[in-house]
Amino acid sequence: MTLAETPRLTSEAGQEMVPRSRLTAKELLRESGAVLRLSEAEVAALPEENEDPSEDQTMIINMGPQHPSTHGVLRLMLELKGEQVLRCKPIVGYLHTGMEKTGEELTYLQGATNVTRMDYASPLTNELVFSMAVEKLLGIDADIPERAVWIRMLLSELNRMSSHLLFLASNGMDIGAVSMMLYGWREREEVLRFFQKVTGLRMNHNFIRPGGVAADLPDGWRDDVRRLLELIPPRLDEYDTLMTEQPLWRQRLQGVGVITAQEAIALGVTGPILRSTGIEWDLRRDQPYLHYDEVDFDVVVGSYGDCFDRYAIRLNEVRESMRIVAQVLDRMPPGDYRIQDKKVTPPPRARIDESMEALIHHFKIFTEGFKVPEGEVYVAIESPRGEIGCYIVSDGSAKPYRLHVRAPSFVNLQALPHMMHGGLIADAVAVISSVDPILGEVDR
Amino acid sequence: MTDTPELESLHGCPVTWSCGQQVVHPDREGYLALLQALADDGFHLLVDLCAVDHLTHPGRSLPVPPERFEVVVNLLSLNERRRVRVRVQVPEADPTLPSLFDLFPGTEAMEREAYDMFGVLFTGHPDLTRILMPEDWDGHPLRKDYAVGRIPVQFKGADERGMARGAGS
Repeated sequence: MTLAETPRLTSEAGQEMVPRSRLTAKELLRESGAVLRLSEAEVAALPEENEDPSEDQTMIINMGPQHPSTHGVLRLMLELKGEQVLRCKPIVGYLHTGMEKTGEELTYLQGATNVTRMDYASPLTNELVFSMAVEKLLGIDADIPERAVWIRMLLSELNRMSSHLLFLASNGMDIGAVSMMLYGWREREEVLRFFQKVTGLRMNHNFIRPGGVAADLPDGWRDDVRRLLELIPPRLDEYDTLMTEQPLWRQRLQGVGVITAQEAIALGVTGPILRSTGIEWDLRRDQPYLHYDEVDFDVVVGSYGDCFDRYAIRLNEVRESMRIVAQVLDRMPPGDYRIQDKKVTPPPRARIDESMEALIHHFKIFTEGFKVPEGEVYVAIESPRGEIGCYIVSDGSAKPYRLHVRAPSFVNLQALPHMMHGGLIADAVAVISSVDPILGEVDR
Repeated sequence: MTDTPELESLHGCPVTWSCGQQVVHPDREGYLALLQALADDGFHLLVDLCAVDHLTHPGRSLPVPPERFEVVVNLLSLNERRRVRVRVQVPEADPTLPSLFDLFPGTEAMEREAYDMFGVLFTGHPDLTRILMPEDWDGHPLRKDYAVGRIPVQFKGADERGMARGAGS
């Protein structure tokens, strides 16, 4: 750094902002010693613990991959000093099944069956981001019928509710409010029952596809949604009584696992974790997709960046999602539920009996798939866990040349060591839970 | 690709538009400087970093000479609500690229994934190890010359344990 570049110093301190490019990881992160960077082989080569542990001896232990609080198969390598967590390394990959590689072997029509299995708690969000990316490459993203767009909004908001209800259940269980686990699962099941009625499946729906959705909403769907909207709010108020207002619950979460806004942005963290630090960032509002710019809802933000804020944000996002669902109910237009572009969507069943061309199109779509113009695109939407992005490179054939999914949990997990640093091992459970990782999308 | 003969440029790097999205193409030497300049422009959130293997798709049109590997970085500016994408070409003979860890610490896991899946080496990365595959795995699965289903599922120590238990179990 030459003299001219040096920030001008006064008697008080530097009075000019340092450019962002000058900041290094050391300055961006509060404690650079939070992440444990040891490989398996290095850990195996460590000397055994002494029989007589001295004051400053630390210990490296594994938490998981079979630990009940690690949400699937997350393993944490923790460096402990007594009960205090010093450094931590999240170890992932136990669920890796090469889904991005599989995606290169499936046509664009089959692709949704693959991506829906990544984040299994919010499968419709995965299908939506994949479909939107394919539609953008095809250049038909503006031609999707209105009804299809509103159905997509309805389903993705209901999915946000079911995903957050699952979080509330598992968070309660991890902290010790076991009855909350039963309540959360119970309410989530109500939402999944609606999904089953609409899509035929509780999870892994393959319902949102390039060009629209797979089928129209079933008869009586309005009554089912209204029933949900009546059923869930009093239950959420019960959760408030059970947990939010309870001193034990607050003490267990408040001030635990704190992360600052600067750290969150530096680590690429998005979703409720970023919002808990006070950053108002929600892609539904800030880079609207579908028709989110036409509905009224609030972006819930926290101020302390702790586990309690993340819990409260998710609880209130269920309420906001219900507000959106109620508006979708009023505004659902009649019309087609998928684009009538015979290159992209199969013809209606009745047409196949009477038209040779329809039969050929049907056959071609299901055997070869449809060709997508050469190019590359990145589409991002707000999943319950943060920004889920889909990057597709097409070489002009019927299969993606490269399919990459930017999984929010994969990036959010990097915040774990920073949240845990200096905390107690009992709080580590609360911290993992509040990050709400879904290992299916972490490992893909 | 733009149809105009004169290419747009940003911080001295050619710019193209793909489906309405801005893409910047630096060369390897200018990669870090471009990312630093973009960080100063307000792109504080590095959303995504991934690699692409263009082994069987070499004839794509680019304003820079194409190479086998490509590292794609998606950046987001929270203030301007704007995105920009950086695509940098990495040759097969020397698949190295400077790490962005110091500038954007969030790239730690993403660069590990790109290394694990494609074998792209990031110099200056604090812990460049495999992240999704087992530590002793051979090869980089998302490369195009790594065939699907070529290698059977492997488990550490499967041989010894299988021998000990015997075939009669």
